[in-house]
Amino acid sequence: MTRFLLRRLLWFGITLGIVMALSFFLMHAVKGGPFDGERQLEPAIERNLEARYHLDWPMWKQFLHYVGPLNLDQQGAAWLTGGDGSRTFGGVLSGDFGPSFRYRDFSVNDILAESLPISALLGFVAMMWALALGISTGIASALWRGSKIDLALRLAATCGIALPNFVIASFLIILFVFLLPLFPVAGWGNLSHMLLPGFCLGLVFAAYISRLTRTGLLEALSQNHIRSAHAKGLAPRTVVMRHALKGGLLPVISYLGPATAGILTGSLVIERIFYIPGTGSHFVNSALNRDYTLAMGVTIVYTVLVYTLNTIVDLAYTLLDPRIDLEEV
Amino acid sequence: MARRQPWEIGLEDSDRLLAEARNQRGTSLWADGWRRLRMDRPAFVALIFLMLFALGSWLTPLWPLRSPVRSDLDRALAMPHLDLGDSQYLMRVPVEQRPTTAQIESSYWELNTIDRGLIRARLALFGRWQTGHWMGTDHLGRDILARIAWGSRTSILVALAATACSLFIGVLYGAFAGLMGGRIDNAMMRLVDILYSIPFIFLVIFLITLIGDHRTLLEERFGLDRERVFFVIIGAVYWLTMARVVRGQVLSLKNSEFIQAARVLGASTTRILFAHIVPNVVSVVVIYLTLTIPAVMLFEAFLSYLGLGIEPPKVSWGLLASDGIAAINPLRIFWWVVVFPAAAMGSTLLALNILGDGLRDALDPKLRGGR
Repeated sequence: MTRFLLRRLLWFGITLGIVMALSFFLMHAVKGGPFDGERQLEPAIERNLEARYHLDWPMWKQFLHYVGPLNLDQQGAAWLTGGDGSRTFGGVLSGDFGPSFRYRDFSVNDILAESLPISALLGFVAMMWALALGISTGIASALWRGSKIDLALRLAATCGIALPNFVIASFLIILFVFLLPLFPVAGWGNLSHMLLPGFCLGLVFAAYISRLTRTGLLEALSQNHIRSAHAKGLAPRTVVMRHALKGGLLPVISYLGPATAGILTGSLVIERIFYIPGTGSHFVNSALNRDYTLAMGVTIVYTVLVYTLNTIVDLAYTLLDPRIDLEEV
Repeated sequence: MARRQPWEIGLEDSDRLLAEARNQRGTSLWADGWRRLRMDRPAFVALIFLMLFALGSWLTPLWPLRSPVRSDLDRALAMPHLDLGDSQYLMRVPVEQRPTTAQIESSYWELNTIDRGLIRARLALFGRWQTGHWMGTDHLGRDILARIAWGSRTSILVALAATACSLFIGVLYGAFAGLMGGRIDNAMMRLVDILYSIPFIFLVIFLITLIGDHRTLLEERFGLDRERVFFVIIGAVYWLTMARVVRGQVLSLKNSEFIQAARVLGASTTRILFAHIVPNVVSVVVIYLTLTIPAVMLFEAFLSYLGLGIEPPKVSWGLLASDGIAAINPLRIFWWVVVFPAAAMGSTLLALNILGDGLRDALDPKLRGGR
């Protein structure tokens, strides 16, 4: 267990290093800085701005400055210290993503602190919804295998996988916002704002989970211990819920890691459609605006998130399935 | 002649048995798979649909469609209605005012030689007759039917090219790792693991903005336009799973009994490679390909929706879907802008998914011979 976690930590460090280096150099290779606007700035102002954000430094120095809590600033520029002279630029490794280049008075940490809970909540709603719908339809489909219900559910699942979430979102907006005014069209605030985007975001994953549950449960139901459970006279409900589902849901659990990554990706679009002020919509804007620090901050936070969740899922998987050895994962 | 027991084989029988054996033909994986695919009704229908659709989409310039780019603000957001098009309208217009061949040819973006040839064939076949707005028009008065047809070409092309790209990288990488085995295999697969845990969408968006800045350089020096770079990038993202699948298959084949049997029978390495390993890997690759193509199409739509994919005046299904979402408003519902592109995209993706599932069942060696 400790060895597993330590090894994971090592790979995590390597992955994070690669992500940071790749995104940093890609972002900085883009022509045009964050301050290119409609209006040409005066050369003196431009120089000052570049000096403030260290854009005049050589690339490697900027990178080191960005990554680590290293004080590379010879001049000891005034902005590095706050009003009381206590705060200095920390670098990513100390959890400081620096100032945003576009939203002048905000640091990337401020923006993330504001938008990440929104995205996390949306993702959570989507995931819960996907699990509830996917597992229940998967069970139904496995229990009535070959029936019309099974066929209909499987077709629905294939449709859910085939259609992109923004197309589903546009249908649902027309249906449930304009034709039947049940939900608000966009925005964020209370529960009614969450249902529609959460549904659209989770639908694809519900479809995958439904398929996985169906095949997993069918395989579990054909095993010997299920036959003994039936033979000793347990109620069919107990057999399915207690005995078969335990093994049948294992594929679903291993799918949760990729599903989380997928929900994060999908939220880029869903947040744009429903005008939700989450991290995803910030990311797309920041990449287009060349807001270096914000774009990289979001990328790094998402990498950490996906990696951590994957590790937790692997851990849970090995705890649930004693046949799998942690050392081999 | 003494009576023989049935299991006693005389010399005179051996010729007969040999002849019989010669007439017996083993079913190959492909013949078997094809037989089973034909029995799988939905998958077979999906295959036929996709073939017809791809052909029709390739022949788009031949159909008497309106221009997918020319806007006509007087007819913006017109309801779809079935009529015979502009033939009567054209009849009433004096000859010198009718659209000329050159005008029809110029109502597209830059086309290649084959497409120009198809447009000339269309002019020869249908004259200047055009369809009516059978699927309505969008907010700039462009015909949606024409945009869907021309968009299908872009989307299918992107999907095929990007998938080919991922196929190339993934198969080479996976086969190499699987064949080498040992430490090299381990290191190569570790790299794949690392790349897997990177949220690629972010890097893709970085890369695409990067290309946007260097496009003139890329076009002049390397002859790469944005679309081609786009294929390569998507392909470069989707090769990971392909590499894993191929590597796993090669590894398990390498140690399987029938390969050992072939070796014992004295088959050469090249024969083993091309007669035994390649066909078995190909089936897995084909299955995975049919599932990659819809994923890539979705990804293209996704990027085009974010404004990072195909650029106007060209159209793709992603752009159409994005236009559809932009046209949603509470005052009036322009359903045709949303429904028709979504239906086109949805039916194609659905067919691809069904075909992929069907192929997986048909080519799975574990299910061979059964049913």
